[in-house]
Amino acid sequence: MSAFFAAARERVPKGPDLIVLVVIWTLLVSVPFWLPLLGGYTALASKVLVFGLAAMGLNILLGFTGVLSFGHAAYFGLGAYGAGLTLRYLVHSTPLAMLAGTLFGGLAGTLFGMLIVRRRGVYFAMCTIAFGQLWYYLAYSWNDFTGGFDGLRDFHREPIGFGRFTFDITQGETRFYFFLLAIFAAAVAVMGLLLRSPFGRTLVAIRENERRARFLGIPVERHIWLSFSISCFIAALAGTLYALLNNFADPLTLHYSLSGYFVVMTVTGGMRTFWGPLVGAALFVLLQDYISSMTVNWMFFIGVMFILVVLFFPRGLLGMRRQTRSAGKA
Amino acid sequence: MWQVVLFNVTNGLIIGAFYVLMALGLSLILNLSNVINFAHGNFLALGGYLAYTLSPALGYWGALLVSPLLTALLGVAVERLMIRRIYNRDPVYSLLLTFGLAFVIQDACRYIWGPNGLPMGLPDMLAQPITPTLFFITWYRVFMVTIVIVTVVGLFAFLRHTRVGLRIRAGTFDLETVATLGVNVRNLRTFNFAVGCLLAGLSGVLAAGQIGLNPNMGDDLLMPSFIAIIVGGVGSLIGTLCGGLLIGMAAALTTVFYPSASEAVIYAILMAVLLLRPRGLLGEEGMFS
Repeated sequence: MSAFFAAARERVPKGPDLIVLVVIWTLLVSVPFWLPLLGGYTALASKVLVFGLAAMGLNILLGFTGVLSFGHAAYFGLGAYGAGLTLRYLVHSTPLAMLAGTLFGGLAGTLFGMLIVRRRGVYFAMCTIAFGQLWYYLAYSWNDFTGGFDGLRDFHREPIGFGRFTFDITQGETRFYFFLLAIFAAAVAVMGLLLRSPFGRTLVAIRENERRARFLGIPVERHIWLSFSISCFIAALAGTLYALLNNFADPLTLHYSLSGYFVVMTVTGGMRTFWGPLVGAALFVLLQDYISSMTVNWMFFIGVMFILVVLFFPRGLLGMRRQTRSAGKA
Repeated sequence: MWQVVLFNVTNGLIIGAFYVLMALGLSLILNLSNVINFAHGNFLALGGYLAYTLSPALGYWGALLVSPLLTALLGVAVERLMIRRIYNRDPVYSLLLTFGLAFVIQDACRYIWGPNGLPMGLPDMLAQPITPTLFFITWYRVFMVTIVIVTVVGLFAFLRHTRVGLRIRAGTFDLETVATLGVNVRNLRTFNFAVGCLLAGLSGVLAAGQIGLNPNMGDDLLMPSFIAIIVGGVGSLIGTLCGGLLIGMAAALTTVFYPSASEAVIYAILMAVLLLRPRGLLGEEGMFS
């Protein structure tokens, strides 16, 4: 544990990294004040935070371990359903709902990860897609319990705290945005510390050369499994926030298209960078919102965007910066 | 009772036949190019729509022949223009590319042919039931299963007995060596992708006669096809064949006793295979692991 914090202290950001950090946090904190002026609405920023968190969670696996999951919507959706079902059937408590949803999605991912951890590459991806769809069909067909195709309704987020210390997040978009931002900040801090710890460095070593990592005596399977599990927990946490944001959970949050969106957010922003997925999420959410207000054929343009990103911007927005910098050094 | 069972067995056979055609195409592309073609279901829809557009001019039989070939040509264009560029990159890019392609083709179909379902006309002789007692077995169903059997046998004969087929099978195991022996691997992959799209286009024409046309008609077939490949074992085409028939039959027989679990049983098979035999029923140990 002390090595964990020592490693964290060693890598206090400086130079360009510090600038990125300052810019991102300034934007995140100030967004409710200027976005409405530009014609946006705060819920859009909340959506960016939630999707960004899920994509950053996915990136632990995709960008930092080099393992491709194309089924993370399943854990996101399980988190959303876990929170929604808890609020609807069990207790009217926001923190407990978040806990239940995160545990539900995270544990499902952890158990499934155990089954597929020996698979690699596209085969691993295919297993994650197929398993993800299982939950989609379950939510879709278990009508009485989950609301079926119409989604789970009749629940809403509850005020947090008790007595005098109650923080009412049920009203006011801006207030709820700052609640999301606080959770986001905590989750991001944990992810950042994890990735800078020896554990995180080991993941990168596995990504760079799995065989060499194995020869060094690193238990590769266990690390990939842990990385998969952690990224599922983060995705599930983001899912609970999504359910709270909309007071609604629908089966499309479990569908593999959303998994694809998470991957494209990560790649667009830069999958070898820490903040890339958030930038990608912002770009994706804004673009989707804009295009779908312009034309019914928005899927066509989103699809074209996928293709263009793959063919011409494979390193992503923040990845390009990194590349030019390291090219300058060499 | 026996009629209900027989009805569902024929249904299972037909659904299984579609899974097999889809999954064989996907499997061919996956084995040689290491690409999961998310747009495969959309090539299927394209095949169906092309047949719909062509059949007034060429008649049903002409359309049945020509539209799979056109789908294959489109496949060649897609492979040459896009997919070829990403063979040497991380698999995430090929998945994203075909995923985006699926969106593009689906919305293009919706734009060109409209969002509502379209019926596909069949020749009169195919639309008749065989006998009044077995009213659910139309000649069309017999015809479909026959076509699928002929196609599958043809595909396996092609892979076994022709030079190109041999190269495709060899490339599945070691593409580098095949390239070193002087085979033009680029063309081989293009050809192989086209064969995969041909199978998708053919299943599209056949499916159109059974369920009609709509822009996302291939989506429901895509996921079971993935599962058929995993269950059968990645790298083995015979395995894919068995996997497709197995899950088609299992889903249909479950429908007899407990209709709402027919999807779930497919996933139950998937989990059982991943738990007990991770390489799949006929998969080679060490491939993709």
